[in-house]
Amino acid sequence: MSLQFVVDGLLTGSMIGLGAIGVTLTYSILRFSNFAHGDFMAWGTYATLAVVSAIGATFGKVAPIAPLSFGWPLLVAMVVGMAFTALLALLLDRVLFSRLRSQGQAIIVVMASFGASMALRSLLEFTFTSRPTYFSRAIQIAMPVGFGIRITPDQIALLLLTAVLVLGVHLLMTRTQTGRAMQALSQNAALARIVGIDVASVVRVTWVIGGALACVAGVMIGILVQIRPFMGFDMLLPMFAAAILGGIGSIPGAVLGGLIIGLAEAGAVQLIGAEWRAAVSFIILMAVLFVRPIGLFGVRER
Amino acid sequence: MIDLIGYGAFFLTTALIFSLVTLGLNLQWGLTGLFNVGLAGFVAIGAYTSALLTTPDDAARLGGFGLPILVGWLGAMIVGGIAAALTGMATLRLRSDYLAITTFGVAVVVQLVALNAQKLTGGPFGIGFIPRPFGSLAETPLLFNLSNLAVVCAVTLVVFFALEHLSRSPWGRVLKALREDERAAISLGKSARFYRVQAFAVGGAIMALAGALQAHFTGFIAPDNYLPILTFQVWVMLIVGGSGSNLGAVIGSILVWGIWAGSGTLTSVLFAPEQQARAASLQIVAIGVMLCVILLIRPNGLFGDRLQRLRGKRAKLAAGESGSDS
Repeated sequence: MSLQFVVDGLLTGSMIGLGAIGVTLTYSILRFSNFAHGDFMAWGTYATLAVVSAIGATFGKVAPIAPLSFGWPLLVAMVVGMAFTALLALLLDRVLFSRLRSQGQAIIVVMASFGASMALRSLLEFTFTSRPTYFSRAIQIAMPVGFGIRITPDQIALLLLTAVLVLGVHLLMTRTQTGRAMQALSQNAALARIVGIDVASVVRVTWVIGGALACVAGVMIGILVQIRPFMGFDMLLPMFAAAILGGIGSIPGAVLGGLIIGLAEAGAVQLIGAEWRAAVSFIILMAVLFVRPIGLFGVRER
Repeated sequence: MIDLIGYGAFFLTTALIFSLVTLGLNLQWGLTGLFNVGLAGFVAIGAYTSALLTTPDDAARLGGFGLPILVGWLGAMIVGGIAAALTGMATLRLRSDYLAITTFGVAVVVQLVALNAQKLTGGPFGIGFIPRPFGSLAETPLLFNLSNLAVVCAVTLVVFFALEHLSRSPWGRVLKALREDERAAISLGKSARFYRVQAFAVGGAIMALAGALQAHFTGFIAPDNYLPILTFQVWVMLIVGGSGSNLGAVIGSILVWGIWAGSGTLTSVLFAPEQQARAASLQIVAIGVMLCVILLIRPNGLFGDRLQRLRGKRAKLAAGESGSDS
């Protein structure tokens, strides 16, 4: 068995982990499983793609940054895409989720997110058709780094970007007033309200972080794999499995869960074949639910 | 005219098969409050089980036992029920959202098995030559369609009345009690998990039966028949009809299938062939938005609400009568 699966697994794991942060935050703070989260990912990616094309149309062809396959347009476009995805999440919350949340039935909100997910995805399919597209068709030469492992410059850059983002969100959650308010709300909503935490602003921050990170994860998929309307929906099960494996509400847990699932998937591809890849997250999910339903870093609900 | 009757019979047969799935979902969600977003998986399990049991022997894959159709239906219900019971046992002690994610996963895995376990399911090519009831009548489409409709009608009626009976039985009352106030029901000595697993299993068995009926009605099944869109359609049917009402489940299914098939016909008339795929995705957008709007403005659907109002009126009348008596 070649050790190459470690790199593949870490990369898949980064995408899953970044997405799972949004899932775990929505679950712990707004108390519902957002089935539309994967579609935020796809929308963010298509928004980024649209901005990249717009920049390309305005400035002509921009040379990529030395060893990477992409240049500054993609970086700028990703920031715009992150903002767009965050706004999309906020908008959806305003017109749909917040109204249903106020009725106090969590499961109705889940159902609405299921409907929104279908509508969002099919709208992408209508606009861009289901044909896959790419940020760049250039093929990168993978560099050998020892132990039979090869890695491309893009992959190194994306792993670093993930590390920076995860560290950033972790610091935000632990060191800032907003982050502490989010934790308080997730641990005991009633008590958090009593001590005067501004619930509306915490909810907004939750959507902004979740949406922006979903967009980054989607762009990573776009750079390393391909862009399709279904790209986010296919990530839904791995993201939920990662969030539950890590323990709902825990950001380090979501990322670690994502990495474990990514590595397990990559390992399974080598051992039993790529066609069974999607079953890995389900098996891990069931194992966690049987053995330790609160996950690795979970806290029992109070 | 005869064509129209034939099409009407075909349409109703499909709608009634959907209504069977919706009835199964209504038992799980409407009566018991269990959130199943992987019902396509249970429908697929039923279809494949019945197909394996009843098709003639096939060298390319396992099975093909050539058993009678009724045995296939029974087998589908048993396997579907067991699959649902196992899912329920794993997750029903946890928060309800976990059940949603797990059932979603079940559907993904069933889809994977259908696609990749060629020896068992025929892979992407599916299974053909599934025996059809009244197959000998296939020469005369009208008679064939009508007799199929009669079979599906009969099965739907049996399931409908069985469910109506169940929901009024002590068993059904326990489920409703658990849905409304779990603590109170548990304090009366009812095991929440045990009852919920039972309800989930019965619902899963009904969905599997619907899958088997559909498989025998069309004679051919493939993994593409059981995509998440099926789950979505059935949920819209139940919400439109009104969750909690069996009558609502049936009427919602016929209504939504009418809208779905009608808009499908409309797009095929209005759009050029190369635009059909895009038009179909727009159709899904419309139905998705419809689901969200109904949840916002009329979460009880067409019948859920009215039944409650009737019940409320009756209760008021009863109270008034007893008041005047005293």
